[in-house]
Amino acid sequence: MAGTGIRIEGLRKRYGSGDTAVDALQGVELQVAPGEVIGLVGPSGSGKSTLLKCLGAVIDPTAGRIVLGDEVIYDNGWQVRDLRALRRDRIGFVFQAPYLIPFLDVTDNVALLPMLAGVPNQEARKRARELLAALEVEHRAKAMPAQLSGGEQQRVAIARGLINRPPVVLADEPTAPLDSQRALGVIRILNDMAQQYQTAVIVVTHDEKIIPTFKRIYNIRDGITHEEEGEGRAVL
Amino acid sequence: MISLAGRDILHGWGKFVFTGVGLGLLLGVTLVMAGVYRGMVDDGMALLDNSGADLWVVQRDTLGPYAESSSINDDLYRGIRAMPGVAEAANITYLTMQVRKGQQDVRSMVVGVASGQVGAVPGWPTYLTAGRQMTRGHYEAVVDLATGFKIGDQLDIRRNGYTVVGLTRRMVSSSGDPMVFIPLKDAQEAQFLKDNDAIWQNRRRTEANPAFNRPGVPGLLNAVQASQSSNPYVNAVLVTIKNGHDPAEVAEAIRRWKRLTVYSRPQMEEILVGKLIATSARQIGMFLVILALVSATIVAFIIYTLTMDKIREIAVLKLIGTRNRTIAAMIMQQSLALGTIGFAVGKISATFAAPYFPKYVLLVPIDSLIGFMVVLVICALASLVAIRMALQVDPAEAIGG
Repeated sequence: MAGTGIRIEGLRKRYGSGDTAVDALQGVELQVAPGEVIGLVGPSGSGKSTLLKCLGAVIDPTAGRIVLGDEVIYDNGWQVRDLRALRRDRIGFVFQAPYLIPFLDVTDNVALLPMLAGVPNQEARKRARELLAALEVEHRAKAMPAQLSGGEQQRVAIARGLINRPPVVLADEPTAPLDSQRALGVIRILNDMAQQYQTAVIVVTHDEKIIPTFKRIYNIRDGITHEEEGEGRAVL
Repeated sequence: MISLAGRDILHGWGKFVFTGVGLGLLLGVTLVMAGVYRGMVDDGMALLDNSGADLWVVQRDTLGPYAESSSINDDLYRGIRAMPGVAEAANITYLTMQVRKGQQDVRSMVVGVASGQVGAVPGWPTYLTAGRQMTRGHYEAVVDLATGFKIGDQLDIRRNGYTVVGLTRRMVSSSGDPMVFIPLKDAQEAQFLKDNDAIWQNRRRTEANPAFNRPGVPGLLNAVQASQSSNPYVNAVLVTIKNGHDPAEVAEAIRRWKRLTVYSRPQMEEILVGKLIATSARQIGMFLVILALVSATIVAFIIYTLTMDKIREIAVLKLIGTRNRTIAAMIMQQSLALGTIGFAVGKISATFAAPYFPKYVLLVPIDSLIGFMVVLVICALASLVAIRMALQVDPAEAIGG
């Protein structure tokens, strides 16, 4: 599925009902092309996390349409039966904290996803090592997460998000715990990987250091997205 | 697919091992409790084996001589020995008491055995580990090693002193008290003969009783007093059966013609296990139930705590597409691993500790096997709480906001 993007049309999400109902998303429109990295910014409570959870298929939208590549996965209801497999095979996640599994070494943290999908252990580890090499953390392949620096942990987390070559990667504040240099390094890696694997990457962020690096930005306010031109500053 | 449970255990092995050791000591106590029960049953069986009898003839309508007191005349054995099918019949007395040696005393079962050929007469210790059998009619003793006495030691049993001439092993009462074998006549004295003051006072009372001290009946008082100072009673007659005869038929004949109660080996086992140690067995059973509940609670708490520590990782695992059954299997495998570590520690500690218990603790493989299965079942059940909690974890928790 690599090489496809994601398109969201009129996505709505309402929490609760009646007088206490809250419309967290009120018709989100968003499109990310393959190989593109966009920024999703907005103040707290604007609906960023709700949007991410809807795209991550962990909560149900109330209405709207989500197209992943050529396939409509949500159209006023999920169109795929196995959301777990959808998350595993077609959506990559990168979290604010790396959330690596502390009892697995770096290689197995990355290889776990293909293993869960039924790929033989040897093959999964081979793919993981290739990806770790691309992210320049191959030398820590046998280390445990607690032995890594913050930047190394985040790179491993990115590798885990990309290992199944998903058409879309959702990155939730991936640079929040990092200093400027490391933060920009993570964005560079995401850009490189997006290009290399033709993956659409949505980066939710508050981080002023990295916002200028996006060519396109979606600003979300009161559950509605507003597309803006970004500076697209090059990351060296 | 890699074993998530195995990796987690290897990663935090110290926590698992120490928790397993704690649980293991509790399971060790449980195994020892089961061993105590087995030991009591084995002591009872040893008592029956050591008597060498096929039938026990006791006072009518009693459960003697082990579960109830029984008293029958010491000349009855002659008539029993003459009955068809009886190979040998011998008097026996049992008396549980403190046997003294100098300043120390040991709780023992004193067994009075009838004279006769060793091996032919039931009731004698069947083998010795040191020394010899009793050869004199009085004041010699063969003792079980568990008494702590040695050959040549001088023992005091009531009014008389005895020299230890032989040592035997695993000759114990149903309560686990080691046996001290002495000649029958001495045992009869030990059971019934009182101290000098009591004898003197008894004579005075008899003398003052006009029913026994009649001026017109000379010799009556002396006859009564003579009967009061002798003991013609024993607790039971042990009977061996000739080859080819049915013990049940011989027992029925004795019951019918001698008007006594007769127990066969199976009946005596039922009395010992079903009645004599039944209350103790129930007591131990209650302890085992309580220990099982405590073990289950501890395992449940530990696994619940370990799972709580991994809530974020579980949310991530679920978010990235891990199946619920994989997460449930991880928790259950950890619980079973904890139980296995605990059982191994418990089994080892029970095996090493058992010899130091004052009473016989018999650890039998089938109990260990059943115990292991029960531990696994308890651990599996105890993990259900943690599994339920893990399955309720929302994968959305991994995404901030």
